[in-house]
Amino acid sequence: MSALLKIGGLSVRYDSRDVLRALSLEVARGEIVALMGPSGVGKTTALRAVAALQPFDAGRIVVDGFALEPGPVPPESGLTPLRRRVGLVFQGHALFAHLTALDNVTLALRHVLGQTRDAAEALATKLLAALDVGARAHAWPSQLSGGEAQRVAIARALAPDPHLLLMDEPTAALDPTRRSALGATLRGLCDQGRGLLVATHDAEFARAHADRVVLLTA
Amino acid sequence: MRFAGLLLCLLIQGHESPRLFLWGGDAEGGAPFVEADPANPSQVRGFDVEVAERIARGLGGNRTPRFVQVQWSNIDQSVERGDFVLGLSGVEDTPARRARHAVTLPYFEFREVLAVRPEDAPRIHGLADLRGRRVATLGSTIAYDLLLAARDSTGIIPISFDDDVHPYADLVAGRVDAVLLDHIIAQRALRRRGGSGFVILGTPVAVGHYVGVLARADSTLRDSVDAVLREAMRDGTLEQVFRRWSVWDDSQGALFEHVLRTNTVPRAAGPATGTTALAYLPSLARAAVVTLLVSMLSMALAVIVGLTLASGRLYGARWLRLLTTAYIEVIRGTPLLLQLFVIYYGLADVVRLPAFLAAVLALGLNYAAYEAEIYRGALEAVPRVQLEAGRTLGFSEMQILRLVRGPQALRYALAPMTNDFVALLKDSALVSVITVVELTKETAIYATNVGSWVVPGALCAIVYLAMSLPLARLARRLERRWGGRAA
Repeated sequence: MSALLKIGGLSVRYDSRDVLRALSLEVARGEIVALMGPSGVGKTTALRAVAALQPFDAGRIVVDGFALEPGPVPPESGLTPLRRRVGLVFQGHALFAHLTALDNVTLALRHVLGQTRDAAEALATKLLAALDVGARAHAWPSQLSGGEAQRVAIARALAPDPHLLLMDEPTAALDPTRRSALGATLRGLCDQGRGLLVATHDAEFARAHADRVVLLTA
Repeated sequence: MRFAGLLLCLLIQGHESPRLFLWGGDAEGGAPFVEADPANPSQVRGFDVEVAERIARGLGGNRTPRFVQVQWSNIDQSVERGDFVLGLSGVEDTPARRARHAVTLPYFEFREVLAVRPEDAPRIHGLADLRGRRVATLGSTIAYDLLLAARDSTGIIPISFDDDVHPYADLVAGRVDAVLLDHIIAQRALRRRGGSGFVILGTPVAVGHYVGVLARADSTLRDSVDAVLREAMRDGTLEQVFRRWSVWDDSQGALFEHVLRTNTVPRAAGPATGTTALAYLPSLARAAVVTLLVSMLSMALAVIVGLTLASGRLYGARWLRLLTTAYIEVIRGTPLLLQLFVIYYGLADVVRLPAFLAAVLALGLNYAAYEAEIYRGALEAVPRVQLEAGRTLGFSEMQILRLVRGPQALRYALAPMTNDFVALLKDSALVSVITVVELTKETAIYATNVGSWVVPGALCAIVYLAMSLPLARLARRLERRWGGRAA
């Protein structure tokens, strides 16, 4: 399998404190990799560095041929290829509070990919239905349960059809049934050829659904 | 102890001491009526000052006249309140005033004269020749009432000023086409301009008289004052006063003769008494529309400029951040009144803005500074993760501002914006200083004419509330609706 994401020797320092030291990992297409470790060990920092939301001090990140180098985060104008390749589902979902579930999903389709409203809504409706939240398309984020919001956030991240999906603590707000359903959903995404890097505390979820586990230690 | 003594003195000063003769006037009106003495600005001088001194002397009892400063348009209310016993500062004799207060006999006859630019003089002979033109005067005067009457009959546009200097400045500047005021004021303005800039038409529009005004309950004292004035007319002291101030002319002699011979008072000019609130309603409604228009246009300008300033502060280069910060601090640190004067009068040499436009600009640019800070705070209150979510989806900074940050910030900004609009609605009353007659100014004119603030004040308050309450309600409803959507 070809590596979709290659992280080599990634180090991040805050105020001369090492938050992440020499992390190296790979994620292949069709693979779910769980990034595990205690709180504060740098799981979220690693995801943020891959999504170019976070500068890093050493190492290299390559996403499907697009490389990020140490130093300040490049301007957005230079990150377009990366944005097309990587989707990020935030911990706590971070849905746009002023938009309905459907509009959260269509926003990038219309304003980044230039789709018409009809085309964007058709695709978003399909995505929401596939994630079992089609009936909640017109609900506001504040009206969604934790599990529903999580799935809408996945639909939003998937809308631009990224190859690599990053997920930060996706099971934090889910009950066991929902956790298992989410695992099945993620497996379905992998089967479509995507790679998934999932930061999680949830050893049981990782054991049940990840192909590999990368353990970060303090 | 010393403080208590001072407080006692201040309290006592509010009542007439047996040895003091308190009289009120407006030194802002200036010479020859009442002005601060250039040699000793703590003292006043002018023919009205000398008339007051003559009255105090004539009343006996070793009374010492003491001047109390009061805004000209509030003399009637102050005399009824007991701030002083006699109001005397070019106070006009009107039927309304006679009906509500104890008014002395007239001691000076003035003519309402038109002043126009020299090039217009050959074709303007009276108000009838000024159809569709802007004619300025001092608000709450007989002249203003004459202009209001002429608005209906000849179609002139009356422009009300708060002082009697700027009408002539605006006449010379071309902002108004004529000024109607007392001949003394017109002649003084012409002298100050070295006799050029405008001409005074020979034929007066009307004739009026200056009187003293006392509280309604002081009619006995008024009779004594009348006796003193008659004596001063008879013994020539009043003529000497007027000659000293170069305002004596034949018409004063005729007035004195009439008063002494017939023992009657010439008919007062101006609107009749018994004007009901109903008669003022159309004017108040018109003024309310002006208030609403000024406020809405100013707020629209404030929102646009405020958004630009806030964006400059948040996203701009260092020089732009410094520039926008400087603008905000200068505007917030100086009075709106000053900004109004600077925009209307200060810039007149560069650009002669119409009063309405100047009012909208001054209010809009002033409130923009406050709006900018509201928007900056609101934009900064949008959680960072929302912006990052936008970034991961591939939005540019401008798209994030337009699609994510701006709409969410609006929710935070709505309540303070509504507060600002309600404050602006009330601050719009200030624009009357640059001749825009809005609701408060119209109410003041109404109150002066009817001699009471009770009904006009209540009506004015009702109209302001009618404008501001629905806004507050709308804002609350929007907040509730958007608040319900918040994550």
